[in-house]
Amino acid sequence: MTAQANATDVSISRITQRFEDLKAEGRSALVTFVTAGDPDPETSQAILDGLPAAGADIIELGMPFTDPMADGPAIQKGAQRALKAGQNQRKTLEMVRRFRAHDQDTPIVLMGYYNPIYRYGVEAFLNDAAEAGIDGLIVVDLPPEHDGELCLPAAEKGLNFIRLATPTTDDARLPKVLENTSGFLYYVSVAGVTGAGSASSEAVEKAVERLKLHSRLPVAVGFGIKTPEHAAMVARSADAVVVGSALVNTVEQAESPQAAIEGVHSLTRALAQGVRTARQAR
Amino acid sequence: MTALSALPDPQGFFGDFGGQFVAETLMPLILELQGCYEAAKDDPAFREELAYFQRDYVGRPSPLYFAERLTEHFGGAKIYFKREELNHTGAHKINNCIGQILLAKRMGKNRIIAETGAGMHGVATATVAARFGMKCVVYMGATDIDRQQANVFRMRLLGAEVIPVESGMGTLKDAMNEALRDWVTNVDDTFYIIGTVAGPHPYPAMVRDFQAVIGHETRDQMLEKEQRLPDSLVACIGGGSNAMGLFHPFLKDESVHMIGVEAGGHGISTGEHAASLNGGEPGVLHGNRTYLLQNVDGQIQDAHSISAGLDYPGIGPEHAYLHSTKRVEYVSITDQEAIDAFQLCCRKEGIIPALETAHALAEIAKRAPELPEDHLMVVNLSGRGDKDMTSVAEYLGDSF
Repeated sequence: MTAQANATDVSISRITQRFEDLKAEGRSALVTFVTAGDPDPETSQAILDGLPAAGADIIELGMPFTDPMADGPAIQKGAQRALKAGQNQRKTLEMVRRFRAHDQDTPIVLMGYYNPIYRYGVEAFLNDAAEAGIDGLIVVDLPPEHDGELCLPAAEKGLNFIRLATPTTDDARLPKVLENTSGFLYYVSVAGVTGAGSASSEAVEKAVERLKLHSRLPVAVGFGIKTPEHAAMVARSADAVVVGSALVNTVEQAESPQAAIEGVHSLTRALAQGVRTARQAR
Repeated sequence: MTALSALPDPQGFFGDFGGQFVAETLMPLILELQGCYEAAKDDPAFREELAYFQRDYVGRPSPLYFAERLTEHFGGAKIYFKREELNHTGAHKINNCIGQILLAKRMGKNRIIAETGAGMHGVATATVAARFGMKCVVYMGATDIDRQQANVFRMRLLGAEVIPVESGMGTLKDAMNEALRDWVTNVDDTFYIIGTVAGPHPYPAMVRDFQAVIGHETRDQMLEKEQRLPDSLVACIGGGSNAMGLFHPFLKDESVHMIGVEAGGHGISTGEHAASLNGGEPGVLHGNRTYLLQNVDGQIQDAHSISAGLDYPGIGPEHAYLHSTKRVEYVSITDQEAIDAFQLCCRKEGIIPALETAHALAEIAKRAPELPEDHLMVVNLSGRGDKDMTSVAEYLGDSF
């Protein structure tokens, strides 16, 4: 009980703390997405463990699912590789436990679809996630209409429930999307699946401005951001830049597990460099 | 218990099942669709236009036919066929497609997308898109394209673009994922015509309402022929639209027994089947909570059926609800039983049924002989079997 309460206390502050620290530094956060268990459990653990040193400020860890309806080919294939290598929800939580043994500061957000959580059992999953050191959840197929399912129970455990806002979320709907959102707001910059086309600098800036009118939460921008230059451009207006498909593609293209680890960390370093120089370059 | 006609509730739930489990990008679109559908269904002009196309384009009402030779063969219940296979395009699917495309027109959308398994919904969608001059894209699993080539060609003749889906097993579930990905990308001009009583609210209720014409006609026709209601109704179930269309207008009639027939593939115990209610667990997929074939980790498992139209690991949420309340009995039929019934129907009635429909026929083969002669049984003859020649020949080790 006390262990869990402690874990909860720590997790409440971790995401907020990170954004406050970066605000003091005057820069955006780099949020990196990798799929848990891709391409195999050991390699994936090594990728995860090395992300903070490579420059990731916040980590999104994908929970693989057979039917990722909102994901493009890169993340679909990453999930398939992970499932084929035997990944499941318990192993994903175990990965985070191991990560937390040596890193108490980097926020970890689990991202995926509802069914694997539902099947695990919401109560059991939230307990285990909090205990493992997870800070937040992004569950793509749980809109605010279904906040009673997971969002509100997660908040009770001190886990942030991070909501996606999209170009189709108009001003009338935005308050509903924001209502129970915590940690940060994830702006999906294009209507589409992950890894597809990208929005212009002006469109991103305008969208971030609009969201800021409605919310004090930090705004992360993602979908279609692949290069350090692009990350730098988005980092000029957004509080965080999310990169996923490009990193997962690196795993796919690697010829060996070692190359996958090095590839992901090397791209992360380049992206971090882009994010760090963004506001100076202005 | 909530009155059946009051379901789903405003959030789209039938008891624990249903809902709107979709990405935020789609939420505003679904809410818009919900509003437009609610307005349209109470609009006399919309209903009149729908009735016109059902009559003069689809060919409704479809006959309720006394299957005399099959009745004689079984020597029990009096069997009637609701002849949905006589509709334009050869199945019940067009009832729903006509309704949805009129809604698309009303909403000013000009690009239609659809998923298809056996190809019957794809053909029906391509047909109405051609009729209304709209662009049409149909997603179809690569495995299904192989086993349903004639329907692929029909869709192309009708001007649709058929996109093969390679992910997963390349069947209906994967086609639906890909259609959802298209929709999330093309939010401004696209209307997604879902082919069954599944997906996020309002689809399960809307598709049911468009298909309920089957049950309403059956009721009138049976009263005219026999001066009373039928005793039992039998229909096959993949997602469950033909069954829901037949059953729904009878749900309040307690004397009417209803049997939904899932695809048992090689048998439930083998794990190779498509029987979500008899061999699955509740979960969330494709926008709704329902029974799903899944493993202990919540990963969706591939369905198996000889019939591409039943090869889906889920089922419409209203069926999940009717299963939980026990209002409808759900059973399963194996590939072999379906093939036997398929052949029997060809020879006794001169009607080549779809392999999907053959599952319902196999169930009456089990029940009819044990029932009295005054038992009135209606089977929904949901589709014709022209599309299945290759699959059946292959199964029988034959060729043509």
